Amino acid sequence: MISFASRSSASQGMTPQSLGWFARHELLLAWRDWLSMMTAGRRTRERIMIAMALLFTVGLHALAYSVLNPALKSGSSLGDKMLLVTVMGCGLLSFFMMLSQALESVTRAFYTRSDLELILSSPSPPRHVFAVRIAALTITTTAMSMMLMAPFINVAVFIDHPGWLAAYPVLVAIAMIATGIAVWLMMVLFRLIGAARTRLAAQIVAAVIGASFLIGIQVIAIFSYNNLSRLSVLQDHAFIASMPAAESSTWLPVWAATGSFPALFVVLATAAAFLVFTVWQTSKGFAQLVLSAASVSDINTSAAAGPRPFRTLSSRQALRAKEWQLLKRDPWLVSQTLMQVLYLLPPALLLWKNYGDAAGISVILAPVLVMALGQLAGGLSWLTISGEDAPELVGTAPVSAGQILWAKIEAVLAVIAAVGLPLVLIIATFAPYEAIVTAIGVGCSAASAIAIQLWFRGPAKRAHFRYRQTASRVATLAEAFSSLMWAGATALFAAGMMLGIACVMLALLVLLTAWLMS
Amino acid sequence: MTHEFSTGGRSTGGHSTDGQWALEITGLCKSYDRPAVDHLSLNIRRGELYALLGPNGAGKTTTLKMVTGLLQPDSGAISVCGIDALKSPIDAKRVMAWLPDEPLIYDKLTPLEYLEFVAGLWGITAEVAERRAHDLIALLGLKSQASERCQGLSKGMRQKVALAGALIHEPELIILDEPLTGLDAGSARQVKAVLREHVTRGVTIVMTTHILEVAERMADRIGVIANGRLISEGTLEELRAKDSQQAASLEDIFLELVSDEQVAA
Repeated sequence: MISFASRSSASQGMTPQSLGWFARHELLLAWRDWLSMMTAGRRTRERIMIAMALLFTVGLHALAYSVLNPALKSGSSLGDKMLLVTVMGCGLLSFFMMLSQALESVTRAFYTRSDLELILSSPSPPRHVFAVRIAALTITTTAMSMMLMAPFINVAVFIDHPGWLAAYPVLVAIAMIATGIAVWLMMVLFRLIGAARTRLAAQIVAAVIGASFLIGIQVIAIFSYNNLSRLSVLQDHAFIASMPAAESSTWLPVWAATGSFPALFVVLATAAAFLVFTVWQTSKGFAQLVLSAASVSDINTSAAAGPRPFRTLSSRQALRAKEWQLLKRDPWLVSQTLMQVLYLLPPALLLWKNYGDAAGISVILAPVLVMALGQLAGGLSWLTISGEDAPELVGTAPVSAGQILWAKIEAVLAVIAAVGLPLVLIIATFAPYEAIVTAIGVGCSAASAIAIQLWFRGPAKRAHFRYRQTASRVATLAEAFSSLMWAGATALFAAGMMLGIACVMLALLVLLTAWLMS
Repeated sequence: MTHEFSTGGRSTGGHSTDGQWALEITGLCKSYDRPAVDHLSLNIRRGELYALLGPNGAGKTTTLKMVTGLLQPDSGAISVCGIDALKSPIDAKRVMAWLPDEPLIYDKLTPLEYLEFVAGLWGITAEVAERRAHDLIALLGLKSQASERCQGLSKGMRQKVALAGALIHEPELIILDEPLTGLDAGSARQVKAVLREHVTRGVTIVMTTHILEVAERMADRIGVIANGRLISEGTLEELRAKDSQQAASLEDIFLELVSDEQVAA
């Protein structure tokens, strides 16, 4: 057993309540939280997790090599504007994704009380807590982005020149700026709309920001090039020509990322100064904001317009109504659903722009719809089937278990229909066959996701929705693969190719495997 | 030391045909790694408040969960108001209510919305449900929170919302697991008054509690369970008589019974 004395000797030089002491505490918690998220609390999963992480890393490096090798094998030149635009585009993409993630994390830092009450009730300075929390957020935001970007940086170092290693500190700088902006956004939302509405608003803003850059360049691609490729914009000669000259200081972050030390120093110093300034300015009101956030959730977040008359409901109707009510009031889910719907906008736009020309659309639109709605069905069915907050109440009601499950499934299907039906109906007005195929694809994808959630159901709290993927990796993978297979089948059938049968067989195989493993 | 006990003139485990019993448990068994409930037999009369006492891990909650259909027994029989709860669980659930120690309610619903949902589950018409909901809300002192989401309510208030949910379909048998834990004195008094009022109207209440004073003051009969077996049962006077300590408190009797059982085990 480790004594307090030996533990304190392990953290020598760290005075209690100091920044370093808090940082150690935060990092320990963050590490354990991450580990338990990845392993779902099972030690046996650690080895599997390491193996999967290695596989993932190797796969991403292979992908990065195949993407970068044609572009960089002849060597990069900062006089090449296409390179500047592409690197800047990737940087902006990282920035928006980090900003989205940071905003989500900052929201949780304010609204999730966990240990905050303990810390704030102690004589420790709240500014230290805030500073360390923000630093920890910056680290986690950087880490998440690095997981995706590191293979590309490594491959660029390998193929081109070691100067690309400077892209790592540039990513840290982007994370610092993203976290700083996220904190300011939170403060502005608090002041503008109050603590009661900030949580939902911040989560929705995070979802919109996360999707906005990708969707934005897709929308430009649709209007300019009539396709969904994001690279179309970044590689278009007219677009590149319209950008500032290669010598312009606009490209400072790109120079920094490719190894220019003066540029790197400017970028890092600016980002660090901005974050320190943010923490310094905003930490004063941290404790008050946390308390106001906590007191809001303590008093009321509904303030419903008074009680409305009761409705006579059958057991199934009551269950469905309850599920819809809870789904509607779940800020996290609303933001996630919004994200799914936002990703449907570009294909919908493409559909609108090509109205009357069914050829080609089905191949793009149908699988996107099938994938997105399949994933949405998976999330919703987890919430309704596993995420039942009052299982004993429902379990002691005079309703059979089958009826309870059906009511929950109906609730999910109704939401999927409400989101998908309008788009399918638009397709039906000019391409009835494609519409029918898409509807069947969505139905199969949603039904598969629901079935997987049924097979892998287990008691959980709705609040643990974020961690649902870790509860069962098999279920998560099966859900993703079955959606993918149904999407492929739909695209092929919509294009009139009987090869779709192969995808159907694969989807069924995925389901069978999941069922056997459940 | 062995303890003999009566069950109101009937032998423990006997089946009633006259509708006198609200709950009859016969030879109930449930094992996990070890027996949690071990051939338990118990009869509870209609209209009585029965307190089921026992140390932690004695099998109280497991027993009650089997009665409410939340757990499947390995063997034995359960009859709720004359309905075979194992053969016709839906019919049995219709006449009973279960209130766990941790009130499981929906944070995102208001108490009124929660009660509307529970009423829907039990198939109560809107008019009846709404009237009863408002009565219960008033009775339990929840009027000012009736339209606030439950996420902001204190543990005591959540417990009262859950109790209102248990009462809204006017069950004949109410099973409560530690109903007074975490309640302040005022709330506890309110809840006790509501429970007592239901008992006087003929409703049967079975509750577990670690607050022996509550059992001593409220219960018509008390059952003590340890290691999954009923080790003693009766009114407080009957328990005293069995223990040969006329002036003993329930706490003294309980601790002696439990320690004897632990020694025997």
